[in-house]
Amino acid sequence: MMENTQTHWCDPLLKVENLVVEYAVGRNTVHAVSDVSLQVARGETLGLVGESGCGKSTLGRAVLQLRRAVSGRVLFDGQDLTAMQGDTLRQMRRRVQLIFQDPIASLNPRRRIGDIVAEPLVISGVKDPEQRTRLVRDVLGAVGLDPDLVMGRLPHEFSGGQCQRICIARALVLNPDFIICDEPVSALDVSIRAQILNLLEEMKARYGLTLLFIAHDLAVVKAVSDRVAVMYLGRLCEVGPSEQVFATPAHPYTALLIEAIPVPDPDVRPAESVAVGEPPSPIAPPSGCRFRTRCPRADARCKEEVPELRAVAPEQFVACHHPLIAPG
Amino acid sequence: MTEPALLSVEGVAVDLPTPRGNLRAVDRVDLQVGAGRTLGVVGESGCGKTMLSRAILQLLPKKAKLSGRVMFDGRDLASLDPESLRKLRGRSLAVVFQDPMTSLNPVLTIGTQLIETLQEHLELDSHAARQRSTELLAAVGIPAPEQRLTQYPHQLSGGMRQRVAIAIALSCEPKLLIADEPTTALDVTIQAQILDLLAREQRRRHMAMILITHDLGVVAGRTDEVAVMYAGRVVERAPTPALFKKMRMPYTEALLAAIPKLDAAPHTPLPAISGRPPDPTRSLKGCSFSPRCRYAAGSCYQEKPALAGSDAPDHQYACFHPIGAAAGIHA
Ligand SMILES: Nc1ncnc2c1ncn2[C@@H]1O[C@H](COP(=O)(O)OP(=O)(O)OP(=O)(O)O)[C@@H](O)[C@H]1O
Ligand SMILES: Nc1ncnc2c1ncn2[C@@H]1O[C@H](COP(=O)(O)OP(=O)(O)OP(=O)(O)O)[C@@H](O)[C@H]1O
Ligand code: SF4
Ligand code: SF4
Ligand SMILES: [Mg+2]
Ligand SMILES: [Mg+2]
Repeated sequence: MMENTQTHWCDPLLKVENLVVEYAVGRNTVHAVSDVSLQVARGETLGLVGESGCGKSTLGRAVLQLRRAVSGRVLFDGQDLTAMQGDTLRQMRRRVQLIFQDPIASLNPRRRIGDIVAEPLVISGVKDPEQRTRLVRDVLGAVGLDPDLVMGRLPHEFSGGQCQRICIARALVLNPDFIICDEPVSALDVSIRAQILNLLEEMKARYGLTLLFIAHDLAVVKAVSDRVAVMYLGRLCEVGPSEQVFATPAHPYTALLIEAIPVPDPDVRPAESVAVGEPPSPIAPPSGCRFRTRCPRADARCKEEVPELRAVAPEQFVACHHPLIAPG
Repeated sequence: MTEPALLSVEGVAVDLPTPRGNLRAVDRVDLQVGAGRTLGVVGESGCGKTMLSRAILQLLPKKAKLSGRVMFDGRDLASLDPESLRKLRGRSLAVVFQDPMTSLNPVLTIGTQLIETLQEHLELDSHAARQRSTELLAAVGIPAPEQRLTQYPHQLSGGMRQRVAIAIALSCEPKLLIADEPTTALDVTIQAQILDLLAREQRRRHMAMILITHDLGVVAGRTDEVAVMYAGRVVERAPTPALFKKMRMPYTEALLAAIPKLDAAPHTPLPAISGRPPDPTRSLKGCSFSPRCRYAAGSCYQEKPALAGSDAPDHQYACFHPIGAAAGIHA
């Protein structure tokens, strides 16, 4: 467990302990999240990366209790969400909001923007319509939209980037402490992507937020995160400070992800992709280390033993029997 | 280039009627691609990349109006009858789309689709076609190709489907492959594999390729020449190394700057391009980038800059105040 090695982390806002989440598909079990532990300090952004299907969204949903875990705990501000039900859970959930990948699909097409953004206020019992309007106008202004121009309009009148601004406004209106951003820019163009990433950073400072930032694009994650966590097929491979992980990745999978990023410089020849193939099925994940079927360093031990997360450098942890940097 | 180009796009424009008025999706584009060469076409969503490729393939929506000329392998494509066009598209002019399901038939097995294509265009007998199909699947990196022949597209992952679509596109040894965002829907690791695959097959077959993407990072190491599109027009065009060494058009520079850099410290604000591309149903006076351009001044708001080269003839750009100009306001 991570407590042993991260003792200065006395008061994280979010703490996930040995989380296991599964789905039943016919007679099979999808091992979507297997024994994942991590924590997010107050005010920090933790980036969560990994290929499609590795369990990032499932982890985010399990934190919010939108999907109940098979085992493990989710401590938010010291309280165990997995043990909560009904009203208590709803109260806690006000403090945690979620932003999705597809901004257009996550807005109700028949409702006006003003009502969409006010909805969380209505649900959480803010009765005074004037107060609601004031809060909605404030937050729309904060995300760079003109309340007078947008409140009366419908989602289809907006571009993907503008819809994502509206989603961010809706997530901010209750003044939460924590936001889970599930691939908020994956569906956006390079130029609009930069606008939204900058906006998230600005909102984080302005509202004093803590973020879990999910993406499959390492370059995007690095741009906004203090620390990154890398997932592969339901398991955590590596966690550490962003710059350190980029400069000296310890897990072969992290190194592969970094190598795969296209670099906009013609003098940098693209590396002939090292790890061939695709992730195996999470229904029957490989024994031992789940990455072993694509790993150039795999040996017999990798097949037998599940690698535990351990420190390789200050604040950098890796789950690998043969890490790229020697444990220190 | 002394010999005539394999593909020559001459003054091509595409107009689409919409309820809001005429939409000019592609605006007088000129491009050439030589045999065995790779052209990258880069630009934001909606700038007309797909419409341009559909104009080349003569596969535009019914209501669309195409002007200009597309010369391919010495022939004017507009003059061909539908049957010859269909033959051409299956054989020497192939395409791979962003969503592989656009080109795959969901109710036929992979094998049937490959074998039919080979039999139709290359007149192979069924045994030879089957043999060739297996080889093609192996060549695009599909494990256990024999067994895959009996599978349906939905039984494969997105990356595998794209490999199959590429195998079908390559099956008849085309002279030109148009790859329209072939990896945008895929993970970075799979993206790298697919791009490597395309590059390898291209070299091996001496095939020409147009690689369409919105990511300058994708074209940097993998193309000979790049055309940057904005609002339906080509706004900068140069050999790839020259373009990255010395960008002239402010839009290209802005597009590059907006990509998160790996060597930048976390929380470095990204130089985003403010605003959005112009509404393609409204014609804008002056340079179409002027509302978003930080160098815009004077004539930028009055006239459309023409695409032209100054010091190097193969490096063209459409801008009144190119970056790095001696008397520039932003030297
Ligand atoms: N409701 C569900 N029922 C069954 N299986 C599911 C369900 N939701 C997700 N899965 C499976 O669980 C695994 C993890 O999925 P998840 O959506 O968490 O991945 P992800 O990392 O968010 O992927 P992506 O990058 O594609 O969003 C996948 O194998 C997925 O197919
Ligand atoms: N069938 C259609 N009818 C009318 N307009 C269309 C049609 N298809 C595309 N358009 C419009 O034509 C313009 C160019 O679209 P195109 O699909 O070529 O852009 P693109 O550069 O390929 O964008 P993306 O990166 O999103 O694929 C856009 O304004 C688009 O809205
Ligand atoms: S444990 Fe073995 S298989 Fe897994 S990443 Fe490390 S070296 Fe590779
Ligand atoms: S012509 Fe003017 S507005 Fe257009 S890109 Fe050049 S400087 Fe900017
Ligand atoms: Mg997801
Ligand atoms: Mg397109």
